[in-house]
Formats: sequence, structure tokens, C-alpha cells
Amino acid sequence: MKKILTVPIKDEDLEALNVGDIVYLTGIITTCRDVAHRRLIEHKRELPVDVRGGAIFHAGPIVRALPDDQFEMVSIGPTTSMRMEKFEKDFIAQTGVKLIVGKGGMGPDTVEACQEHKAVHAVFPGGCAVLAATMVEEIVAAEWRDLGMPETLWVNKVKEFGPLIISIDTKGNNIFTTNKKEFNERKKPILERIKKEVSFIK
Amino acid sequence: MTHEPEVLKLTDIMAKFTDYIGKRLPKDVIKKQLELKQQESNPLAIKIYDAMADNQDKADKLNRPSCQDTGVIQYFINAGSSFPLLGELEGILGNATLIATQEGPLRHNAVETFEEQNTGTNTGSKIPWLDWEINPGCDSVTIDVYMAGGGCTLPGAATVLMPGEGYEGVAEFVMDAITARGINACPPLLVGVGVSTSAETAARLSKKALMRPVDSDSPIPNAAKMEQLLEEGLNEVGIGPQGLTGSASVMGVNIESSARHPSTIGVAISTGCWSHRRGKIKINADLSFEILSHEGVSL
Repeated sequence: MKKILTVPIKDEDLEALNVGDIVYLTGIITTCRDVAHRRLIEHKRELPVDVRGGAIFHAGPIVRALPDDQFEMVSIGPTTSMRMEKFEKDFIAQTGVKLIVGKGGMGPDTVEACQEHKAVHAVFPGGCAVLAATMVEEIVAAEWRDLGMPETLWVNKVKEFGPLIISIDTKGNNIFTTNKKEFNERKKPILERIKKEVSFIK
Repeated sequence: MTHEPEVLKLTDIMAKFTDYIGKRLPKDVIKKQLELKQQESNPLAIKIYDAMADNQDKADKLNRPSCQDTGVIQYFINAGSSFPLLGELEGILGNATLIATQEGPLRHNAVETFEEQNTGTNTGSKIPWLDWEINPGCDSVTIDVYMAGGGCTLPGAATVLMPGEGYEGVAEFVMDAITARGINACPPLLVGVGVSTSAETAARLSKKALMRPVDSDSPIPNAAKMEQLLEEGLNEVGIGPQGLTGSASVMGVNIESSARHPSTIGVAISTGCWSHRRGKIKINADLSFEILSHEGVSL
């Protein structure tokens, strides 16, 4: 049974979710990455899209322009979310966004904001950009177009968009922090074993 | 132009091949991902492998770039010294990149440094990046095309070790870099390692190592042994697809090396993501060609 989040997302929709859960999104998701975060937080410019109760996607897509100011989503996959860590805590507080989709982990500030404001971060599998594009029914708006194709805020209507793997939940858990710790622990004895086999300088 | 029809013909071939490799993975990578999925027992990892396969299927059918980050275009050229268009090749590959960018379409990924302007064409100062090797007396050219995405370029690193640190230090450098920074580079990764005399020679070799098939072995026995130890060791760490844990971290580890100064061990890594978009094409003097990396291609 697919777990589907529908925009507007309510606190109670998210409170039951745990890291590692898989969900899908129906509604609107807006691409929002480096410069859009910087403009809102550092330059105090109002975000031209209202994402309260909504979702943002750390992504820089390939979009084809069609006649009459219409657009076709060609290829859209997640970019490294950690680049937005510097801004995301304030971004969540100011915009009221509920779902942040990207790739890889985010840091302790985002975890704190997700707990305080009831939001989650989820991973869409990186590199699966055509799969994601085929789940975009329509690009309904394009804002801050002066930023160029990758950085424009593309407002996408999606249906059962996913899989979205919860990586930060509303309870202070971060799947990547746990995983990294485990990877580093496992590495130590493996490395000691390899070192014994590669004493090629005698 | 003395060879104008030939220049146009080769430009067309290379533009179409550059476009093609952004949409379909090479056969060695496809085979390895099937194997990794079959060995996997973590349900979340299997779900991600399924999404990857579904994505490649859709990219092929819809004729679209399989990942939105179509990278900086790099060409690794092994040029016969008697190839008739040797002098024209640089211009041909620049134009091929321009055309592929429009036709693909490819994302605009060439930002002029210091000016900080995206050129909008995927061409710019020294971009597409060309790497040359000359093959004396030969009249064909073999070119590896590679799309270097941002995510998988970020873990790249080079250093120079003291001989006292030995190959033990090389192993530590590789294991540390991949464990710390491999997660965001879209694993399972192909890890290229250069072991050489200085930082830049090792770095170049580490990238050339990514042009070898994922399951290839170094012809040097100790290097092949180290490839296997690192591959098994990294897989035991269990990074899994997208860093969400699983039975594999890497598709393979390839080591390229050169002789070195007795006082130095240069070591570098480059990483390729699971969506390792590279292609190998051999072009003969009469411009007939053979695609070595992919099967069933019609350009």
C-alpha cells in the first residue's frame, strides 16, 4: 500500500513518519536550490512561490520551452542537499515548507528545524531524472527566470511522485548521520586488514 | 578548409555519439548493476536499483538524458599520428559539444571561472576538456567521451605521500575519501585511483582509470591485487545505493599507475556515479567507425 502525501501537508501527516519510510507526493513541488535559498535568507527577498504546507525539490532540471510560455519537463533529478544546509533552517522557519526533497544527507541545523516546525527531508534516488520527469504532469509556473534553467523556481504539478525515502523525520532522526557513523566503524578493521596485504615496499 | 566534407562528417558522428551516451549506459555498467541488484538483500536498496533500471528504460524509450546533470564534456583521445584529421580534431570536438547541447538537449554546465558566467553552450575556455595520447604510425583515433557530473566530481582528491607511508597510505587515502564523501556521489561508484609521482600525474591517471570497464583488472599483479582488496573492502563498508546501505558500495576500483620519484608517492582518486556516462568509439582513416562501449547503436 503506497503511502501518499497530498499538498497541503499537515503536521499530523508527518508525525507518524520515520526515517527509512517510503512515501509518494501528490500536488505541487517547486524546485529551489542554491541561489533561491541565498536570495530569501541573505538578501531578504520574498520567495515568489508560496510553499507553506508544500514541498520543495533541490534540483536543477533540463526543461524544454514550448510555444505560448509553456514548458516541458525533460529530465529532473535531485542535487546534493547538503549545499543548502547553510540556509535550510531559516528557510523552513520563514516559508513553512513541509517536505524537502533532495539527495544525500543534511546537517544538524536542518534536523533541528524539522523537529521544531514539523517538516521532513526525503531522498529521491539520484540520477533517476527521466523517471522523475515522467511524474511531472505539468509545469504550472516558472519564477525567477533570470537565474537560468537550473536555478529557476519550476512549479511542478505531480502525481504519486516518488519513491521518496524519509532521511530526516520530525523526531530528530537523521538516517545519514547514523549510516556514516556505521560506515566509519566498519572501515577501521577492514583497512587494517588491507594494509597487511599491501606492504609492497620492502 | 582542406577537408571540409570530412570535418563535417566527423563532427556529425561525434555530436550524435556525445548525445547518445547521455541517454544510455555502457554495457559493462548495465551488466554490473544487474549483478549488484541480484546480490542485494536490503529491500530499500532493491527498490532503488529498480528505480535506476526503470529510469534507464524510460530514458532510452523517450530519448532523453537519463540524468539531468549531463556534466562537463571530456574527451580522452588516443590519436594515431597518421589520422588524417588530427589537426582538425580539437575544433571538431568543440563543435560536436555545441551541437549535442542543442540536440540532446544537454544542461548548460560550463561556467567561465572568475567571470562567473554560464556560457550556455557547454563550451568555454579549455572546455570541452581534451586529453591527448599519440599512437605512433597508427591512422585511426579512439575517443572516450565522458560526462563529468557535479555530484560524482566532488569527492575528487589528490595528495603526495612520503614513501614511508607506502601503499598502506594509498589504501587509507582511498578508503577514507570514499567513506567520507562517496555517499553524495550517487553510489554504487566506480573508483578511479592514480598512483604516480606527483599530484597532477596521479590525478590524470585516476580519471583515465574511470575510462576502463568496471570489471577490468590492472595488468600489473600488485595493482590488480590492490584493486580487488579495495573493491571488497569498500563493499564490506556497505554504503549501498544512494548511501542508504546495502551489500555494495562500488561497481569496481580501477588503478592506473606510472613510475615515480623514489621520494614520493602521488595518489589521487576520481569517482564515477552509478550513472557512469562514458562511451568509446574508434574512428578509422576513412571515417568508418566502430562503437566499442555500447551494443546495438545506430547514430
